[in-house]
Amino acid sequence: MKGKTKKIILIIVVILVLLGAYYAINGGSHKIEIVGSTSVQPVAEKLVEKYKVSHPNAQINVQGGGSSVGIKSAQQGTADIGTSSKELKDNEKQGLTEINLGQDGVVVAVNNKNSVSSLSKDQLKQIFQGKITNWNQVGGSDGKINVIRREDGSGTLDVFQKLVMGDDKIKSDAVIQSSTEAVKQSVKQDPNAIGFISYAHMSSDVKALSIDGVAPSDDTIADGSYALQRPFLFLVKGTPNKDTQEFLDWVQGPEGQKVIKEEKIVKSNNKTSNK
Amino acid sequence: MTNSTEETGIKSILLITALFSIFVIFLIMAFIFVEGWPAFADYGFFKFLLGLKWDPNNNIFGVFPMIVGSLYVTFFALLLAVPLSLLCAIFMAEVAPNNIRKFLKPVIETLAGIPSVVYGFFGLMVIVPRVRTTFGGTGFSIFASGIILAIMILPTIISVSQDSLKAVPNSYREASYGLGATNWQTIRKIIFPAALPGIVTGIILGMGRAIGETLAVIMVAGNVSQIPSSIFAPVRTLTSNIALEMGYATGLHYNALFATGVILFIVIMILLLITNYVQRKYKMDVGGGTL
Repeated sequence: MKGKTKKIILIIVVILVLLGAYYAINGGSHKIEIVGSTSVQPVAEKLVEKYKVSHPNAQINVQGGGSSVGIKSAQQGTADIGTSSKELKDNEKQGLTEINLGQDGVVVAVNNKNSVSSLSKDQLKQIFQGKITNWNQVGGSDGKINVIRREDGSGTLDVFQKLVMGDDKIKSDAVIQSSTEAVKQSVKQDPNAIGFISYAHMSSDVKALSIDGVAPSDDTIADGSYALQRPFLFLVKGTPNKDTQEFLDWVQGPEGQKVIKEEKIVKSNNKTSNK
Repeated sequence: MTNSTEETGIKSILLITALFSIFVIFLIMAFIFVEGWPAFADYGFFKFLLGLKWDPNNNIFGVFPMIVGSLYVTFFALLLAVPLSLLCAIFMAEVAPNNIRKFLKPVIETLAGIPSVVYGFFGLMVIVPRVRTTFGGTGFSIFASGIILAIMILPTIISVSQDSLKAVPNSYREASYGLGATNWQTIRKIIFPAALPGIVTGIILGMGRAIGETLAVIMVAGNVSQIPSSIFAPVRTLTSNIALEMGYATGLHYNALFATGVILFIVIMILLLITNYVQRKYKMDVGGGTL
């Protein structure tokens, strides 16, 4: 009896190993590597997830690293698709084809009870620098401003730093939260808090501030009048291989566009997308 | 198949599984040290350990504020949790009538089963605002994280202490009552000292959980890398530092996060050595050997 059970177990194990080896070798198609911006990463992952439903054999690997890593990987050909959440400089563009997925907005959020509804970019900068410390300095009621930021390396922090702070630093005692959702909840529970989140995650839990008089919306992001925005780019070198091209075609087709829209990436109607 | 070959077969299988688990632990340790080594070598061990500033964008890596943060948060949590859980354990083991005990035990066990993200969210939505309105500041603080961690380690300390209180032989109690001692005198002078080794083990396990907890602490501690000026100031712990930035780190920054893991490892080893020393000095024997 015991001998028999052992034999059966052995046979099952052998079959599993052989099957595994078979699939590993005949996994079929070429593996597509997508490397780059951590902000584009969730959108790319979503696209891949949906793509795999209709293309079960596709092997696509999405990695972070940052926009600069994405650009470099695409140029060197170590990745099939590089991703970037910043415009390419002219010398970076060489040999690369850009596919613009759309524009992503960054929303400055305050508590719903806060009476301030608009800030200039300069006021915003001074608040995050720690030069403006009370809401009554920017037309609100008396209350010490509690600044909430994202952790180092976050794509949202990156774009906020570049578009708002420039070369100046966010004050060192700002509270750090590790996700968009955590920033939102922190702002929701503190009437004097201010934070920034991705437009895709905006909800009625918090109030979005107008920046220089422009409120963030699909329209103002699309026509470029809302200042805090950045492009999401796919970068491909030369002629992509067959599997990569198939994926890119799908992304630009109706199904891919639907996913992008669900992720609240706004198609720009301001700049020409240079396909 | 003869019996003896089966015996040796099973023996060797058991040996292999035991060796395998030890092997995995050493593999993890080796991996952390190897990945963290470049940070010590390139940046300097003492500069890394005693540096007061953490600014990965400018390649400045000082973990000292986080060591302080981890210790503060852990000790504050223990300060709150130890008296509370010991009294609770004594109540449940010695005083509570059976029907109350039957109700309390599953409740406390449920407390242990709640995922840490739920504790973190509770802290963020309930405790942080209370701390802010009562004591000022942002509310993200050692105080708030200590409270959350205290709640999280309560079930560990309670159940281990309760088991060791129950394990005290009944003859001790009977002898004490026989000499005319009251219930409280018996608990305080006889049962508690007899159960102390087990209770200390429970506290050590609780401490381990508190220092290692990451997610809940990230949500309520504020994660500012600074030496806290008061108990209501935000801090960053060693574990939070790793979890916050691991997703993005490359190069030396990546190594520095593993090096943070090495420091955490060293801090835990030192804490264990201290408790071990204290236990030996007071001749306390932890079941299954010293920790």
